[in-house]
Amino acid sequence: MGAITIPEPDPGILARRERIVEGLRAILPGENLITDPRELAPYETDGFTAYARVPMAVVLPETTDEVSRILAFCSAEGVPVVPRGAGTSLAGGAIPREDCVVLGVAKMSRVVAIDYANRTARVQSGITNIAISMAVAEEGFFYAPDPSSQLACTIAGNIAMNSGGAHCLKYGVTTNNLLGVTLVLVDGTVVELGGEQLDAPGLDLLGLVCGSEGQLGVVTEAIVRILPLAEGARPVLFGFPSSEAAGACVAEIIAHGIVPVAIEFMDKPAIAICEAFAKAGYPLDVEAMLIVEVEGSDEEMDATLARIIEIARRHDVATIKESKSATETAQIWKGRKSAFGATGRIADYICMDGTIPTGRLPEVLRRISEICEGRGLRVANVFHAGDGNLHPLILYNVNDPADALKAEEAGNDILSLCVEVGGCLTGEHGVGIEKRDLMHRQFNAVDLDQQLRVRAVFDPQGLLNPGKVFPLDSRIAA
Amino acid sequence: MTLHAPASEEEAAALIASATAPMRLEGGGTRAGLGRPIQTAATLTSRRLTGITLYEPAEMVIGARSGTPLAEIEATLAERNQMLTFEPMDHRPLFASDGEPTIGAVAAGNISGPRRVFGGAARDSLIGVRFVNGRGQVVKNGGRVMKNVTGLDLVKLQAGACGTLGFLTEVIFKVLPRPAAVTTLAYAGLDEARAVELMCEAMGTPFEITGAAHLPAGIGGEEARTLLRLEGFPEQLDYRSGRLADHFAVHGTPERIEGEAGDALWRSVRDVRPLVEPFDHAVWRLSLPPKTGAATVAAIRQGLAGTDLRVLYDWSGGLVWLALPEANDAGAAAIRAATRAAKGHATLVRGSTELRARVAVFEPEAAAVAALTRGVKASFDPRGLLNPGLMHPGG
Repeated sequence: MGAITIPEPDPGILARRERIVEGLRAILPGENLITDPRELAPYETDGFTAYARVPMAVVLPETTDEVSRILAFCSAEGVPVVPRGAGTSLAGGAIPREDCVVLGVAKMSRVVAIDYANRTARVQSGITNIAISMAVAEEGFFYAPDPSSQLACTIAGNIAMNSGGAHCLKYGVTTNNLLGVTLVLVDGTVVELGGEQLDAPGLDLLGLVCGSEGQLGVVTEAIVRILPLAEGARPVLFGFPSSEAAGACVAEIIAHGIVPVAIEFMDKPAIAICEAFAKAGYPLDVEAMLIVEVEGSDEEMDATLARIIEIARRHDVATIKESKSATETAQIWKGRKSAFGATGRIADYICMDGTIPTGRLPEVLRRISEICEGRGLRVANVFHAGDGNLHPLILYNVNDPADALKAEEAGNDILSLCVEVGGCLTGEHGVGIEKRDLMHRQFNAVDLDQQLRVRAVFDPQGLLNPGKVFPLDSRIAA
Repeated sequence: MTLHAPASEEEAAALIASATAPMRLEGGGTRAGLGRPIQTAATLTSRRLTGITLYEPAEMVIGARSGTPLAEIEATLAERNQMLTFEPMDHRPLFASDGEPTIGAVAAGNISGPRRVFGGAARDSLIGVRFVNGRGQVVKNGGRVMKNVTGLDLVKLQAGACGTLGFLTEVIFKVLPRPAAVTTLAYAGLDEARAVELMCEAMGTPFEITGAAHLPAGIGGEEARTLLRLEGFPEQLDYRSGRLADHFAVHGTPERIEGEAGDALWRSVRDVRPLVEPFDHAVWRLSLPPKTGAATVAAIRQGLAGTDLRVLYDWSGGLVWLALPEANDAGAAAIRAATRAAKGHATLVRGSTELRARVAVFEPEAAAVAALTRGVKASFDPRGLLNPGLMHPGG
């Protein structure tokens, strides 16, 4: 691939490399400063592996104070800083440049305090998403947003991208589960936003920081909402003769006042790929499949699933598989959760992430097939049907540059389609570098100008995560 | 006093672009008493920007021009058995104001109610805005889909900015189905400390309590009442009520309140009815880590010994309403000290203009945060035209 421009490094900064490294060493004298080219290599890219640049240095601070001193130094030197969580971004949100310092939060991964009465946990930002849930599981609590990468991804990255997951239909995304942050500004100033109370005073700067892709500051600690685990959770799997029927079924479930904890949609190619891998017992003779999960006691789940099944029967449902045990539940989810890995076994793919009004699903699926087939590409669709978040997987051959370029173009067309039907460029992966140049499709110059002005309040020099989110030619209007 | 009532977004943009003096922004005017007192020669109202622009029940999303009456939104949603999840408070009783609350002001004020403890605040349901900034430019942010991480989230910034960052012209909210049934468990006679403990523990059970409030003795009734609200399908509520009653048997046997009686009770909590009178008392709103609610109030009582202090708890102790006479600083020093000790914050919601001029209405901010606030305000409204000084001195 290669249609996305990464700005050339600033020769003035490269020329000062030794002095910059020495300055960083004065703050981090030990092994938490990485400058050896072989050790820098793992930091050259993230989950968007088609692009890579080796940074000038990597720093792995262990305290908020170290982060503050690093940022104060870098901003005084005019050195760009790329904050990094676990590096799982699928949009290139953590890809550095040769003139950048990567600031990784991985060594700040402790749970600081858990307060069950307040239903909050204070954590350092390098903790993985799953580790928060594990820390509170014994007391019957969990942290709700569950991105697919939750085993690896950090809360710092989740905050940067306002990450979602399969269960946000009921529980919301990161911003709805984040109560406070310790934020280090680019000049090293440390501010506390939000707290353990339900709403913060003044302007909602916390809401602004969440999803700002590391461009407003570096989050070193977070206070998150923890929730009591449901008594139980159980899915039912439906096969439908058409995506229209599946879409109509989802609409009617909601019209009946039922909000399941998750509604996952897969189209025929996705079903085939996942079934071949996971042997989950998915129906291969249907055009569309839904996994609908509900929560509650056994009796509550029986009652809610009975209501949902009755609705599905009115929509020509061809297959119904109701989980009757934990094993069956795991099996139903195994296929869906392995969708990306299973696809990766049969071909290289890019995972798109856009959001559409759910009512436009059948039309959007048809046009996605046209976009891909028109270029001789295959596509499989998995979709969070309750909230309109679409993840088309475009299959291509990574070793064929022409094929790769076609895949990238098809991806751009799909995202433009999402915007055209009233949706947006990204539902949960963020803009990064991947969608930076598409921002004009969703926003006009005035919309972007207002965002740039807000960014400049926090980072007037544009040193934090540069070259991301906003088109490279973006300038605040005179 | 000039009243500008633009009939379109373009007209509003032109008005602001050509404005030379600050304006007070207004929806239905029912919350005009909120915030620091400001003097402007002109008011800009959204009252002619009306009408629902989008309603897709299956997608659980509604959009409307900012001046649309909240009542119209709620009635439209009710027709399809849906609702705004955050149960916006009606400030009319508290301010003895009339007029129609608008959906735009609900967004601008981040106005929530009892269900906020379970379902999030107005800002959590607000997914899209259009507004005119202080340059007279029409800006859009967010949209009509509930998952959207495209660019900076200016929607959140507008929620609760009280019009200081722009004149909202259109807002889009996600909505939820209305529950099939509602029941309230009322525990009688608990003191405040036990009530808060009960509510916090109840919020940690898997039974999805959508309201947790405590009315101390003499507040809306002779005996203290601790309320836990459950919503769902009828058989579900029987099961969950039973489990909760068993779990909290040590606190006595709760009464179950259903139907209109229950709805009226929660409206009363939502609108702080028990503290409305006497009208000349100041009303504070404390946002606290929930478990600290009762202890914070005890500290305030100690600091204000002898003062007629009335209290209502919502959000399992995380929201405390206090009413007391306006004398001196209306308790500001004692309230702020206790609130800060609990790591919460306090807002003077109701007070005479004189009181709101001499006492900080909003929690004073740390210097670095205040600098960010000023910068953000200037980035939206460089000429200081929109509600200047309403939230922050000089901003």
